[in-house]
Amino acid sequence: MADEGALHEPFFELHRQHEAGRLGMLVFLASEIMLFGGIFAAALALRLHHEQSYIDAAHHLKLWIGTANTAVLLTSSLFAALAVTAARGGAPQWCGRALGAAAALGMAFLVLKAVEYAGEYHEGLMPGTPPADFSSPFERLFMDLYYLATGLHAVHVTTGIGLLIFTAFNRKARNDRSATFVGNIALYWHLVDIVWIFLFPTLYLAGVK
Amino acid sequence: MRGEALRMVAVWAALLALLALTVFMAFLPLGALKAPVAYAIATAKAGLVLWFFMEMRREGGIPRLAAAAGFVWISVLLILSSADFLTRM
Repeated sequence: MADEGALHEPFFELHRQHEAGRLGMLVFLASEIMLFGGIFAAALALRLHHEQSYIDAAHHLKLWIGTANTAVLLTSSLFAALAVTAARGGAPQWCGRALGAAAALGMAFLVLKAVEYAGEYHEGLMPGTPPADFSSPFERLFMDLYYLATGLHAVHVTTGIGLLIFTAFNRKARNDRSATFVGNIALYWHLVDIVWIFLFPTLYLAGVK
Repeated sequence: MRGEALRMVAVWAALLALLALTVFMAFLPLGALKAPVAYAIATAKAGLVLWFFMEMRREGGIPRLAAAAGFVWISVLLILSSADFLTRM
């Protein structure tokens, strides 16, 4: 990581090393998809078996916050992609700025999420608070699933912000014209975005009546 | 580099347009089609992110295979776990 862009053992060519790093990242991301896959499978089962409860519970969520957060993450992904373009084009300052913008938008996402969680706490939607007027136990099951899904996703956003900031301040990574490290961090960030793209209809849009 | 950046911005605009579309469609009385429409739009968004932002369009077969692997296995998980419920009368 320290001397990104330099050739390491066991590789004889830089571009082979670059490909191997990228492939490793993609395999890791496939395992991340499976991690979230369990949550999506649980949501599917809950929705198929208790559709009305699922919709009623999802109706409690704030659609506008979910929509705003989707737009925030999509924009953040744009900046991660622009950072890769800038690094390749030999513009390390712009690469750093784009990574900083992506991280800042990631933080904006977490702030909106925190506002949403706080509102839910006051409405009694959270486990451990005096319960809201749920008409069936399956609505509580949906809320538990919602906290598991968004909580796990928020952990990934937090990790991603850390990685983006680290990369933004890493001069060697920014100056690497093949954008190996910047590219891999961007891949991770895009996957966090893709997970949210699917969480959005699963959690928020399901509740629109 | 400028052309590349403009392409990324165009993809971003398309993603936001799809987001607006999916929220709009959620309020239409589509009945049983509501969820399939929402997931079709989500899949289109994910496809744009994968193809352009994650640069799958530049990749060869092996990285594409690695990127597709997770999605293939998750669809096996989702299809098989709902197959019985959806086909039983």
